[in-house]
Amino acid sequence: MSQTATQGAAGAAPAGAMPQRAGLILGALVVVALVALFAGARYGLLLAIGLGFGIALEGMRFGFAGPWRAMILRREPSGVLAQLLSIALVAVVAIPLLSSHAGELIGAQAPIGFAMIGGAFVFGACMQIVLGCGSGTLVNAGSGNPVSLLALPFFALGSFAGAWNLIWWTDLGALPILTLSGGAGLGVTLVLLALAAAIFLWRAAPGTVKLSRRHAIAAVLLALLAIGNLLVAGQPWGVVYGLGLWAAKGYAALGGDLSASAFWAAPGSMERVQSSVLTDYTSLTDIGIILGAFGVAAWRRGALASKLPSYPARAWVATIVAGFLLGYSSRLAFGCNVGAFFSGISTGSLHGWVWFVAAFAGAFLGIRLRPLLGLEART
Amino acid sequence: MTRSFTAALALAFLAALLVFDLATTPPNPYQAPALLAFGSGSIASGGFCGALPN
Repeated sequence: MSQTATQGAAGAAPAGAMPQRAGLILGALVVVALVALFAGARYGLLLAIGLGFGIALEGMRFGFAGPWRAMILRREPSGVLAQLLSIALVAVVAIPLLSSHAGELIGAQAPIGFAMIGGAFVFGACMQIVLGCGSGTLVNAGSGNPVSLLALPFFALGSFAGAWNLIWWTDLGALPILTLSGGAGLGVTLVLLALAAAIFLWRAAPGTVKLSRRHAIAAVLLALLAIGNLLVAGQPWGVVYGLGLWAAKGYAALGGDLSASAFWAAPGSMERVQSSVLTDYTSLTDIGIILGAFGVAAWRRGALASKLPSYPARAWVATIVAGFLLGYSSRLAFGCNVGAFFSGISTGSLHGWVWFVAAFAGAFLGIRLRPLLGLEART
Repeated sequence: MTRSFTAALALAFLAALLVFDLATTPPNPYQAPALLAFGSGSIASGGFCGALPN
């Protein structure tokens, strides 16, 4: 985050900005109230939580792709440490609750397999190419980033297509779902998180061994919102399912036959395709993230007045391809940085750990590819 | 061109999605679940990216 932007966000607003900011707050309250009224109170609350995610991520300039890039390129661990801290905070609450309220609450638990590992690697690479992960693409699109805005619809199409083929890919070979549960599972999770943090601290550049205040606040806010998501929805925070569902609804509306896909033809999937996105938890938080990020960008003085960066044609083509692959690979990987890494680890799923290693390896490739594809802005 | 344009496009994308959704599959508030899943006694059944179809 630039110092100017920080001061602009926190400083006193000029007189002309006050009605606009009041309008943003009022608009958010009205949207949440309308969803609560016309869809249901739980759905309104989920939208409010999504708004919170968007406000926290954009407001604190926090995310997943950027901190990984900072660690790999400059060996600055603060952002990655904040991610691990946030996951640990959620795990302390979520893992015991999943044991005591089994069925009522479910974790982001999925099998480790060949396609899952490959998908995570590709996702890690692509999220560095466009500098936007699952949540980051939504945040960036909402705050006017043209790369993420273009990537978003292809992300949705990729998520739809990946889910379409998910059973075939998973049948290539997968273990049973392995989880860390109960007190022992929580203990192992916290030890593993501490070990991961120790590795990043060991690899950190001199003078960077610290967790910045901004990152620490973001970690706590994200953890509180993620716990809220679990308690309200009964399931952890996720992103990519909702995007694929939007594409599936569009496909069905255009006359497409979803019964040809084992995934989309399943009764649960069909029921959600035939229901409003305002009753789908991940759709609601996705919508909230975009709106929340927009609200923060509109709140900041001058943030939306900045000129769009210039990219060569190959960068836009790369964005489309990477956007599609982000969606497709995250379905094979049983989640993105949110559904698999953040929510998987914090609810005791071992696939979250494997996802983390594979995606982090992929990030090295993505960082090398990004400038070659013309995605370092000319100015 | 500034970010105002692209941010407005993002909002237009959401608006189009919601208009399409409400026109084809309007929600029914009378079938809404309890405010919180926690303590509701209901089995969680939402779609999630980590779940295989049942």
